[in-house]
Amino acid sequence: MGQTINGLLRRHGLALAFLVFLGVVALNADAFLSPGNILDVLRQVSITGMMALGVTFVVLTGRLDLSIGSLLTLLTVIVVDQHNIAGPFPAIVMTLLAGLAVGAFNGVLVGFVGLNALIVTLAMLSFLQGLVLLYSGGSNVNVANAQETWFAVFGRGDFLGLPVPVILFLVGAVIAGVVLQFTTFGRRVYGVGGNETASVFSGIDARWTVFWTYVVSGFTTGVAAVIMGSRVMGAQNTIGQGYELTVLAGVILGGTSLLGGSGSIWRTVIGISMLGFIQNGLLLLGFPYYVQWLVTWAVIIIAVWIDLGAKRGRIFA
Amino acid sequence: MGDVILKVEGITKTFPGVTALDDVSFDIRSGEVHALVGENGAGKSTLMKVLAGLHKPDAGEIIYQGAPTQVAGPLDARRKGILLIHQELSLSPELSVAENIYLGAWPTNRFGVLKKRELRRHAASALDALGCGFGPDTRVGTLSVAMQQMVEIARAEAFNANVVIFDEPTASLTDTEKDQLFQTIRGLKARGVGIVYISHKMNEIFDITDRITVLRDGQVQGTVDTAETDLNQVTRMMIGRTLDTYFIRAKAEFGAEVLRVEGLSKAGVFRDVGFSVREGEVLGLYGLVGAGRSEVVETVFGVRKADSGKLYWKGGEIALPSPRQSIDMGMALVPESRKEQGLVLMMGGRENTSLPHLGLFSSVSIMNRPKELAVFEKYRSALSIKTTGPDQAVSQLSGGNQQKFVLAKWLCADPKLIILDEPTRGIDVGSKSAIHELIADLAQKGLAVIVISSEMPEVLGVSHRVLAMSEGAIVAEFEGDAMTEENLIDAVSHHRDDAAA
Repeated sequence: MGQTINGLLRRHGLALAFLVFLGVVALNADAFLSPGNILDVLRQVSITGMMALGVTFVVLTGRLDLSIGSLLTLLTVIVVDQHNIAGPFPAIVMTLLAGLAVGAFNGVLVGFVGLNALIVTLAMLSFLQGLVLLYSGGSNVNVANAQETWFAVFGRGDFLGLPVPVILFLVGAVIAGVVLQFTTFGRRVYGVGGNETASVFSGIDARWTVFWTYVVSGFTTGVAAVIMGSRVMGAQNTIGQGYELTVLAGVILGGTSLLGGSGSIWRTVIGISMLGFIQNGLLLLGFPYYVQWLVTWAVIIIAVWIDLGAKRGRIFA
Repeated sequence: MGDVILKVEGITKTFPGVTALDDVSFDIRSGEVHALVGENGAGKSTLMKVLAGLHKPDAGEIIYQGAPTQVAGPLDARRKGILLIHQELSLSPELSVAENIYLGAWPTNRFGVLKKRELRRHAASALDALGCGFGPDTRVGTLSVAMQQMVEIARAEAFNANVVIFDEPTASLTDTEKDQLFQTIRGLKARGVGIVYISHKMNEIFDITDRITVLRDGQVQGTVDTAETDLNQVTRMMIGRTLDTYFIRAKAEFGAEVLRVEGLSKAGVFRDVGFSVREGEVLGLYGLVGAGRSEVVETVFGVRKADSGKLYWKGGEIALPSPRQSIDMGMALVPESRKEQGLVLMMGGRENTSLPHLGLFSSVSIMNRPKELAVFEKYRSALSIKTTGPDQAVSQLSGGNQQKFVLAKWLCADPKLIILDEPTRGIDVGSKSAIHELIADLAQKGLAVIVISSEMPEVLGVSHRVLAMSEGAIVAEFEGDAMTEENLIDAVSHHRDDAAA
């Protein structure tokens, strides 16, 4: 008996801690489990979640994408600004193309040039923040005809009682999951992440595989920017700040390993949703909004620690 | 032989799903070399890790110098006088010889500052006792593998070890270096040190050891005096049957040329390499570690680049291929290191098997899982691979079973040429002969086969023709009656002398 409880704690310790947390919040804040609040959290999660889908591909190859925070800012600014200039449809196309382009650029530097992923994407994070200010000249942009445009549907619409962004996220998750589990590309991603050398010896071109994961990550951030722009109907110059770490925290909280080769989309969906409920719960308990940065820290450290601890069978080095 | 210095009694160790050691008892006397043999997965490494304090046994006792002893960890073991010399050396290349000898146990003053002079003096005397040709200040990274091994052995002197455990010490040594190692071992033995010697190489076991303990499936099968036994008996104890025909060679019926290499060169690695192999032919490639054998075949396969050279595939000249192109043409490479190059360890047998042929196992990029499962089951039974299922991570399998999955992943696409780089290194006797049989079988079916091995009997036993490689060049070719150990040794060593002169 003692052993089963011990095993349960070890295997599902995080999940149990999360359930306890849910209970504590629910007892102290009536609104927490109300349908309205849950939909609110899911709406929030749909943006980080959409980005996390792409980042999961990158992390599965054993690499990182930290550029997505600034990329989200840049793409949101672009989609809102171009909406005013060229209309919603061209704005969305341009945004997605820009996301693909930045992803491809990261992909070339990491995949083909072979530079360290952390450095490449961290530098890109800085570069894109600069590009945002160059583009916007420092002023925030807003959608001019916010009350009339069909663009609002992505962030504010409902379909069959579910918010459209949540539907987009779930559809995206199903597609990403299918790609990872059932296609040759998915298999190459797991192969390169699990053992890059053995994959090369098996005729897999690791450079292209890595390249495409960054392209996917750029694309999902593009979709997230469309949702963000549509929801806010405007874009501040710092709107995506910190998203790169929140997304990463969600991915690894789900149990996808930073070492590559192990993890999945459903884990990311669970991880990023848990993170959303934790942050919402803390707000409802009366903590200030900036406590989320502290939570991100704790989640990253604990999740990585558990992953490493399980691999080496010891808690300490 | 002296008194019993270390004794284990009733050691049991289980891991999830396996009993690695089952009530194991054996003893080591001072001044003896005691061999520990068994197939892969028999429990040798686990037993050694228990002795060195890396594993805690579930049951049983270690009695050291007459008293029950707890070993808390490798450093504790070393301080007590039990030294494990790993298969993979555990040295820091950037540190000096002296610092490595005392790694983790550096003499310091009460402020924690390293006492360099004391360190050097002790290290120098340990090196002198062994007759090493290098000083305590040499950076370890600049030493050869054999010299690095001497640094590890110097720890035995430095810590006044009573028991020294060697785990596959000759895996990457030349013959001369091996002789030097054996001399050192005899020196330790004369000083009353008890030595445990783990190896797969039977001739070494019979050369150097006094007693042999055989493990099978985590149980001791028996301990025999080396002088009173023979290879046949020991092998029988290891695998539970005799091996009368150790090598089977395919019938020499050759078809058309499959691959021809001309003038393949890579600066500093190999030069002007040329050879050809035909359908149904087994071509052996012999050479010591570092001769450039693996580099040549990896270049032909496409994972390395060459400076110059020509390749002909089935008579037509082709550009040096990428691995993808090689695989699609019908080339297969079973690489030297199955864990680093051969398998994705966290994947199961099913996914590893299909990995090189994702195109064959899919339509419009969607994986065909039923086909994967069918092929997995086919090779699981054809090669009698022991695994719990298609998705059991191959990291949990024994070396022999892992190697069979490496073979399965190449055989399942019906290659025309299969290159096997050290196909039996570090695997048990039973799997070894299964692989030898398979090589003959493949050649008989009309495949061209290239076998690289540093084990002379193996390369001579399975091949129709043998190339000798030394220092990046092919120095001789032998066929038929000329394929003898003497000729191979001559070819490789004469060339070395020439190069030195």
